[in-house]
Amino acid sequence: MSGAASDSGHNGIFTPFNLIAGVILLGGAIILSIRFTTGLAATTNLSNTNPWGLWIGFDVMAGVALAAGGFVISSAVFLFGMKEYQPVVRPALLTGFLGYSLVVIGLLADLGRPWRLPYPFIKQAGPTSPLFEVSLCVALYLTVLFIETTPAIFEWLGLKWWRRLVGQLTVVLTIFGLMLSTMHQSTLGAMFMVTPTKLHPLWYSSQIPVQFFISAIAAGISMIIIEGWVSHRAFHHQVQITDDEFRDINYGLAKGGAVVLATYLAVKLVALSIENEWRLLGTGWGAWYLVELIGCVVVPCILFAVAHRERRLGLARVAAALTVIGVVLNRFNVSFIAFNYQVPHEMRYTPAWTEVWVTVSLITLGVVVFRWFASRMPIMYDHPDYPALH
Amino acid sequence: MSMSRRGFLGSLAAGAGALSAGAADATTTEHFEGYPGRYGLLHDTTLCVGCRSCEVACAEVNALPKPPQPIGDLDVFDEVRRTSATAFTVVNQYRDGDGVEPPVYRKLQCMHCNEPCCATVCLVHAFTKTPEGPILYDPEVCIGCRYCIMACPYYALAYEYDNPIDPRVMRCTMCYPRIKEGLNPGCADACPAGAITFGRREDLIEVARDRIRKFPDRYINHVFGEYEFGGTSWLMLAGIPFRELDLHEGVTHESLPAIGTSYLSVVPLIVTIYPGLLAGFYAFTKRKDKLAKAELEAALAEARARGEEEMKAKLSQAAERATKDKERAVQTAVTKALAEKAEGGQS
Repeated sequence: MSGAASDSGHNGIFTPFNLIAGVILLGGAIILSIRFTTGLAATTNLSNTNPWGLWIGFDVMAGVALAAGGFVISSAVFLFGMKEYQPVVRPALLTGFLGYSLVVIGLLADLGRPWRLPYPFIKQAGPTSPLFEVSLCVALYLTVLFIETTPAIFEWLGLKWWRRLVGQLTVVLTIFGLMLSTMHQSTLGAMFMVTPTKLHPLWYSSQIPVQFFISAIAAGISMIIIEGWVSHRAFHHQVQITDDEFRDINYGLAKGGAVVLATYLAVKLVALSIENEWRLLGTGWGAWYLVELIGCVVVPCILFAVAHRERRLGLARVAAALTVIGVVLNRFNVSFIAFNYQVPHEMRYTPAWTEVWVTVSLITLGVVVFRWFASRMPIMYDHPDYPALH
Repeated sequence: MSMSRRGFLGSLAAGAGALSAGAADATTTEHFEGYPGRYGLLHDTTLCVGCRSCEVACAEVNALPKPPQPIGDLDVFDEVRRTSATAFTVVNQYRDGDGVEPPVYRKLQCMHCNEPCCATVCLVHAFTKTPEGPILYDPEVCIGCRYCIMACPYYALAYEYDNPIDPRVMRCTMCYPRIKEGLNPGCADACPAGAITFGRREDLIEVARDRIRKFPDRYINHVFGEYEFGGTSWLMLAGIPFRELDLHEGVTHESLPAIGTSYLSVVPLIVTIYPGLLAGFYAFTKRKDKLAKAELEAALAEARARGEEEMKAKLSQAAERATKDKERAVQTAVTKALAEKAEGGQS
């Protein structure tokens, strides 16, 4: 198995995948070089009315939620004893680590003075800020994710002593990861609690931290299904588990997805009731809200349940895709679509094509780096020398 | 502005204190009314003629470029303007639908909140509420996240989006340097209509109330900024509802930081409870596995023991049967031999 591991992606450099990825990344690099030489104004549609756009809405807000699979699955396997999901732990942790790295890169592009990123910790702290807590947690969690990714690296490099050491840290790291994720996933939502007049009341809620946390779990589970869908095909020669085992894992994830989405739906409905916003559902914004809530929460919840019951892998994947779209849409709504809903039309924000390009570049970078890792290191399979360690 | 390790730890401790401030408010009866005798400004929109002299004066005292549209250029009111990195104050015109009533002008600038949300959400603590009232901003620590601009309910903060090197958040400083020198803010001095009054905030509230009392037909009975989101240094009077001036009327008197950062009190709970709780879950799982394993082993041992017993029983049965068979065979043989003998004796 490990012999075949290095085969993929080595059929020459000029494969169609590499060419397309190269063009996207080159474009992104050019846009970012313009951004860093002439300022944010040249490459973004940001304004004094809309200081946060796609780079915060997707690269940070959605990015952090989509990278939640790492903490979800590692907690399930290492803390709650769901050992049958072990085969997806490593891809999920790698996705998480790369996802958070991309969040930081995206943030660096958006910050006015990115070289001051460590200032809150080395120069002057503002601990009253939700963002202070988010930055601290993300910095620590990125470190945790990195350490959680090192077993594959150590196995690849043959560093047995180090591999054993990080193996012994697994439970502590998993607990730390779950704690940090609970905090920053929810606090990302809490960041919008200071904007009751700017964020549309259907999305503004005192419970937004809980909503962000639970929807991040749903996004994490869905991303594991989607990531498995793509990499099970791309790295099929590496995968050790049988197709039946792989399917069973997906049906289990679908069950989890259904339960989490049902919980999320309940939390959203409770928020609507507590703040008594039901009448707003009849407005135009209400219709848009229902697109998100029914199309991307209720429907995938039912699809997940059916996929689990009738063992239909395709359905589970459709549900996962809908869930991911829904969580991204929710983060977009909160950070720029339903935000500033009252300002005159000409002051509304729509992303510039350069912003979209940079975001697409980041996603591409994630895929390229994931491929690089997975085609070299024991991500999709157990290393023969370390069968029972992780 | 370097910071010692001690200073850093100190500020962390102060932050921890601030995080639990909400809880402290709930358990004590103390209430901070704000710095006594702090300054404020009153904008009486019923006196404002929309001449924009304040805009020009503001640009002058802050060394900003002159407003691109000169005074007297009425086209400027065709669109709603917001403050920008080069204009700390702008005057907008509000007309009713029919155009019967004379237009109303509202001056927009940083309101210098009593409990500024921009200061609370800043992760490097770049904003300071001074005892004199103005909020100051320190560009030397700003990392450019623009959360302050997101958080401002008045859309009063601006950013230097075209500056790649050292972009700053730009906003009205309430002319803090001039106040320190004993001067009035630039806009207050420049207003030819007497629509802007500078003074102690508590006095200005009295002035405003007095005007409402004397001219009840001229004003609606509301001093905007007295209580909105905890109150602001800039106060406003108007003859029409503030809603029509693009202001959030009727909002809570609680400050935005009080509403918006209450969740942070949960964070210390997560930090303290999660490790033990999760280690507990892990221990439960382990214990369940262990018990299941022990049960399995016990069952196996029992099965093995039962199997051995059965085997023994079977063996002894077989042995018995074998012995019986043997005996029967012997008996048959003996009987047969005896019979043969008897037959032979007869013949």
